[in-house]
Amino acid sequence: MRVDVRKTYKLFIGGQFPRSESGRSYELLDAKGNFLANPALASRKDLRDAVVAARGVAEKWASASAFNRSQILYRVAEVMEGRREQFVSEVMAQEGVTKAQATKQVDAAIDLWVWYAGWCDKVPTIFGSTNPVSGSFYNFTTPEPVGVVAVFIDDNSSLLDIVHGVAPVLAGGNVVIAIANEEYPLCAITLSEVIATSDVPGGVVNVLTGRTEELAPWVASHMDIDGVDGSGVEPAAYETLKRDGADNLKRIYSFKAEGSPQRIISFMENKTVWHPIGI
Amino acid sequence: MKFEYAPAPESTAIVDIQSEYNLFIDGKFVPSKGGKRFETINPANEKVLSRVTQATSADVDRAVKAATEAHRKTWSKLTGAQRGKYLFRIARILQERAREFAVLESMDNGKPIRETRDTDIPLAAAHFFYHAGWADKLDYAGLGKNPKPHGVVGQIIPWNFPMLMLAWKVAPALATGNTVVLKPAETTPLTALLFAEVCQQADLPKGVVNILTGDGSTGAAIVNHPGINKIAFTGSTEVGKIIAKSVASSKKALTLELGGKGANIIFEDAPIDETVEGIINGIFFNQGHVCCAGSRLLVQENIKDELLEKLKRRMSLIRVGDPLDKNTDLGAINSQAQLMKIRELAESGDAEGAQRWSPQCELPEKGFWFPPTFFTGVSQAHRIAREEIFGPVLSVITFRTPSEAIEKANNTPYGLSAGIWTDKGSRILWSAQQLKAGVIWANTFNKFDPASPFGGYKESGWGREGGRHGLSAYLKGDFS
Repeated sequence: MRVDVRKTYKLFIGGQFPRSESGRSYELLDAKGNFLANPALASRKDLRDAVVAARGVAEKWASASAFNRSQILYRVAEVMEGRREQFVSEVMAQEGVTKAQATKQVDAAIDLWVWYAGWCDKVPTIFGSTNPVSGSFYNFTTPEPVGVVAVFIDDNSSLLDIVHGVAPVLAGGNVVIAIANEEYPLCAITLSEVIATSDVPGGVVNVLTGRTEELAPWVASHMDIDGVDGSGVEPAAYETLKRDGADNLKRIYSFKAEGSPQRIISFMENKTVWHPIGI
Repeated sequence: MKFEYAPAPESTAIVDIQSEYNLFIDGKFVPSKGGKRFETINPANEKVLSRVTQATSADVDRAVKAATEAHRKTWSKLTGAQRGKYLFRIARILQERAREFAVLESMDNGKPIRETRDTDIPLAAAHFFYHAGWADKLDYAGLGKNPKPHGVVGQIIPWNFPMLMLAWKVAPALATGNTVVLKPAETTPLTALLFAEVCQQADLPKGVVNILTGDGSTGAAIVNHPGINKIAFTGSTEVGKIIAKSVASSKKALTLELGGKGANIIFEDAPIDETVEGIINGIFFNQGHVCCAGSRLLVQENIKDELLEKLKRRMSLIRVGDPLDKNTDLGAINSQAQLMKIRELAESGDAEGAQRWSPQCELPEKGFWFPPTFFTGVSQAHRIAREEIFGPVLSVITFRTPSEAIEKANNTPYGLSAGIWTDKGSRILWSAQQLKAGVIWANTFNKFDPASPFGGYKESGWGREGGRHGLSAYLKGDFS
């Protein structure tokens, strides 16, 4: 018989897979209560490292052409497709669902990447405008990414929710720090391996596993985070997140578990430019 | 060269200011429950104009009840087309009574009649006219079919453009089917109270617009009232953050238009005479009481001396004085408190080693005045380069390369406005792309229009006002 080579689930920061600087991990059990893995338990310092990595590449990602971002998001779907079996087995192990149910979720997750890939170069057309101002001026409005967005992944599903959180924020040209759901960290890390091999520049997506309640206050008070998707934060903690996040007026939202361009434009700012018309 | 002008004062006969004002609740002017009165003065001569009411939390409660009833019984029952016609009526009445509003605004605020007459009031009427047309087209607002209003909206507006800010807030709220509880600024309540009369003249259903005068405590009572579904605030970043924290544990929607420290970037190839006019307009429009003012002048080093010489000559021609004089360019500072704040910040500029320059100009003895001023030798660490002065004070900073200009321009927690002056089209678009600001004026400055979204990045606020983007803040869709 052959002994399995088991996988170590680490963090994903700046394109690398480090362990938590704190040296901590937590024991993750499967749906039946058996040992599954020891994912890293990310610390405040890991969050700060992730913000530095994200900020460092924010301009590069924001200034990539929408067409280029679109192709890269589609590339994520392609690479994910090749890893379907791995995602199916992780979803089954974490959620205790049948293979058919897990497969359905994995398919939906891949298709959601494709859907958001197509949004990248439509957003400015649909949500921007040319404005008929009085006087001799050309005036137009375009949405632009806010910058660094932290995404707390919800717990409706072990894989699909991660794509719900991460893909639209990337589509809008933002860089992401995803905080995996404590119960469902495996697909988040496996997805980061997909992202690492899909032409997404290092640092554009960072994934932390650990405890939401521990990391949420540090996210809220970090002055170099511009937006937060708090979908995966409990209601009481979400109020605290909004209150503390007001210190630098972070854009903080939570969303239903469905695909929507609202998720993209929530983390975009509208810029309006005026120029005189004349000879 | 000195020009002598004969005074050309606008007559105040057109306005009829009452000695005291009550609150406007449920379509009527009613006395407060327990509120005291406070004076509103003309900042140009310190004369008392009227005594208005300090609305209490009991008054806020009454106003919210009236707005809630009006939303339930009348305003939400009207079709968009009918609602829109009330906005058209209001727009027309504002046009008909434009001069009266302009004079009153000038008296209560201190800004020149030239600006209230040509900018504030026409734009306020235009905002109602623009939004009137939206009322029956909300399916096209970008939130999916049949978007819904929030319900009762609490609106708190500042003193720098009292009537225009009222229009920015009230017009989209009504067009989208919300009802309103609005608080004008403590020092500039009179045009809002005159607007209440306009609502009566338009036969706007009672309770759709309620106007409560008062100070910050009235504002706090509005922000914290559980019957209000959305807050829209324009004012300082400091207060904006307090409001954001206050509503964090509620379901209230919130939009914020806050402070700024706009960079006006002058590249070496800028058309210099037009640029000088743009700089003047950018910082001395409305006494510099403008959140999007171009208060940091970033000038390319090799043209600094030439530009400043021309700027000095142009500043020497600015006429400071009686706001009601049609020749006046720079009026009175809105309040004693604001004057003290401007003086304190300007003194910090002296103390930190920057060099102050103002033209010779005689300031009236009574009232609150500050001459047009710029500082050179300003470093980015100086308070006058970082803090919003909200007065006619310009900080001059130099740069050598375009990327240095952008880096300096973006080096602020604010992100409301920026200006770009250059003859080169590709440089305009490149700069506009790099600047982290919600409104970019290229080869122009301080232009506003109801169709043009206005609002800030970063700590300059949440959301936009004007255009489709501004409208959507007053709606809930499938999509939100």
